[in-house]
Amino acid sequence: MDLTRRDAVAALAATGGAVAVGRAFLDSPSTESAAADAAVPENALASLVAVAEVVYPDAATGVGDFVETYVAGRVADDDARRAGVVETAAALDATARDWFETPLTDLDPETLDGMLRDLRVDVSDPDPDGGLPGRVRFYVVNELLYAFYASPTGGRLVGIENPAGHPGGVESYRQAEMSSETEDDG
Amino acid sequence: MAEESSDRTPAPRADVCVVGAGPAGAIVAARLAEAGHDVVVLDAGPRFDLADREAQLDAHLRPGVNGLWDMGGERDAYATDGPRDYPLNAARVKGVGGSTLHWQGMVMRLHERDFELRSRHSVGTDWPIDYADLRPYYAAAERELGVAGADDNPFAPPREEPFPLPAFPPSHSDAIFAEACESLGLPTHSVPNARNSEPYDGAAGCAGYGTCKPVCPSGAKYTAERHIARAEAAGARVIDRAPVQRLVHDDAGRRVEAAVYATPDGTEHRQAARSVVLACGGVENVRLLLLSDSEAYPDGLANSSGLVGRHFMDHCFAGAGGRIDRPTRQNHVGFNTTECHALYDGTDPLPGVKLEFLNYAGPSPVTQALGADDWGDALLDDLRDAYGTHLAVGGLVEQFPNAENRITLDRSTTDDHGNPVPKVRWSVGPRTRAAIERANEVQVAVLEELGAEVDWVVGPDATGPAFHHMGTTRMGTDPAESVVAPDCRTHDLDNLWIAGSSVFPTGGAMNPTLTIAALSCRLADRLDGWL
Ligand SMILES: Cc1cc2nc3c(=O)[nH]c(=O)nc-3n(C[C@H](O)[C@H](O)[C@H](O)COP(=O)(O)OP(=O)(O)OC[C@H]3O[C@@H](n4cnc5c(N)ncnc54)[C@H](O)[C@@H]3O)c2cc1C
Ligand code: SF4
Repeated sequence: MDLTRRDAVAALAATGGAVAVGRAFLDSPSTESAAADAAVPENALASLVAVAEVVYPDAATGVGDFVETYVAGRVADDDARRAGVVETAAALDATARDWFETPLTDLDPETLDGMLRDLRVDVSDPDPDGGLPGRVRFYVVNELLYAFYASPTGGRLVGIENPAGHPGGVESYRQAEMSSETEDDG
Repeated sequence: MAEESSDRTPAPRADVCVVGAGPAGAIVAARLAEAGHDVVVLDAGPRFDLADREAQLDAHLRPGVNGLWDMGGERDAYATDGPRDYPLNAARVKGVGGSTLHWQGMVMRLHERDFELRSRHSVGTDWPIDYADLRPYYAAAERELGVAGADDNPFAPPREEPFPLPAFPPSHSDAIFAEACESLGLPTHSVPNARNSEPYDGAAGCAGYGTCKPVCPSGAKYTAERHIARAEAAGARVIDRAPVQRLVHDDAGRRVEAAVYATPDGTEHRQAARSVVLACGGVENVRLLLLSDSEAYPDGLANSSGLVGRHFMDHCFAGAGGRIDRPTRQNHVGFNTTECHALYDGTDPLPGVKLEFLNYAGPSPVTQALGADDWGDALLDDLRDAYGTHLAVGGLVEQFPNAENRITLDRSTTDDHGNPVPKVRWSVGPRTRAAIERANEVQVAVLEELGAEVDWVVGPDATGPAFHHMGTTRMGTDPAESVVAPDCRTHDLDNLWIAGSSVFPTGGAMNPTLTIAALSCRLADRLDGWL
């Protein structure tokens, strides 16, 4: 299951960022993320990609591009969300440096997975105003899971090409089987 | 929230003051403004900006973000004292558009028997009007709400013209159910939806977000914002965040003179009007009348009968669900496409029962993922296990009117303006319980016919309300036995009219809003004539 920019755009469609950002990506791949990427610092994006490698299933490839496109698009016109994502990614990176004396992006996936579980991010309620585990769950883990499972790509792995939150039209609910992947997912 | 309307001062004496901007009030406002009358609409809640719907979808799907429609603060405090809890703030929205901002949007006509329960079965009461009286207004209401439907329901009352929009075709799971229902002698048919199967009246067609209840980002689902926009285009003045505190009448006690409302800056204003239409929903209509007590009306305005607040009814949910060994393709859309009215008009059971075949049985993967305790491959395995083979049959069951089920004021608790809050007393009687059990038998039989493993049943103990607030200002011809006359005008006051399901003498088991809209079209005609 190779994630593409197109998937990220589909995920964005579910969150309202698609019209402005998505089109720009699709229409002019060479100038892609210049404007939007500036909104989220490189190191924050790199941390998100590292966490995505842990919380996405192994079947997902192309995670880097997907996350960068999705996150950039999503926070493009939401200052509060951008601040939350950037601050929380920084706090998580600081925790990695504190515990392992290394940047988060240098941790191998098993170690990062263990760190997140030791922080109890797996069992914490997402809370944008809570302590670190609640914020990581909200701004990082759930942001990533939402992008994935509210898009046809993640949905398809589970068996639904038009998941809740994705405006995938009014054909799919009538079909007996999942449509083939090459068809437009909306 | 949309930009604040800055000027909340009253207009000069209006022809009509409509209190409440849900569908009941908005339809009256649009029709009367278009007929050339000066209309002012006051709503307790805010305007919600259409541009925020995507963010609201996000808030709905993602745990950790609260207050999609801002219900539940001090403004909305309430009490319950019945044998059953009643979650009032899950059951309504305050804002321009009212509860249709959150609603599901299934819209059926009542059946003929619903107007004649006492004559036919010696239960409940008859309506003072019958289906034939309402029939042309039902057609008008279907146009107002942009209903997508098909004339394929063998149990539905007669209709004179096609639905304005084609029905949404049946889902894959509908086809699975249809086989089983056929062998059990239960014909299935389409569901009329207040949802655009194609673009209608300037609004987009359904895009399949699947989150209709509580929010439709595409605008395909009808909300009463459409009628407020029409009213404003025709010159009506609409003031949001303007909760009416009380209605004041003349010395003779025959006419309402003004609605006194509060604004966010703490000021009270007085909107004078030649006529007032009360359209605050089945709970707040009662509260406002009771808060408007006076020397002439010591038990509450328009309450000479003592019936304001009594006979509170809702529809009770009955349901069963399980899993089968083939794909059921659930949770693509957030609305239903097949129902069965076969149990509705008979006598076993006597209360009306409507069966609904859900298109959203079982967990939605994205919601499950966001609340899971795991991630990576383990999460994907869990999602795959949980998704794909669920089926569910829901249904609504009728309650007959019972004077002890009622809305009163709880004088020990006050809202943000110091007014006593509504108190809900709600119970489920033996006939309704038995009808819920009967519905469950049929629901389980359908699932078993499909070889399903039934893993949940909501029966008479677990049942809850469908959030349809009916009966509390009932319609009738005898002023001692009812609050409003057949034209929806109160018996007590010449210029006070009531819109909404509080006027229903009985409620059947059909979701009420098409009937609310039909009565509002009719009320607007009558009030236009009166003006
Ligand atoms: C979750 C849910 C799902 C539903 N699904 C369906 C469905 O599928 N089909 C169906 O037919 N019905 C459904 N309903 C019910 C439907 O929403 C209501 O029947 C309908 O909205 C009632 O219309 P109304 O205008 O009478 O009241 P409301 O829509 O509740 O509007 C009342 C308005 O009055 C305002 N108000 C209250 N008090 C005051 C005051 N003192 N001063 C000024 N304004 C005031 C409120 O702010 C509100 O905006 C559903 C309801 C809910 C909650
Ligand atoms: S499925 Fe529901 S939420 Fe989605 S566009 Fe259609 S009506 Fe709106």
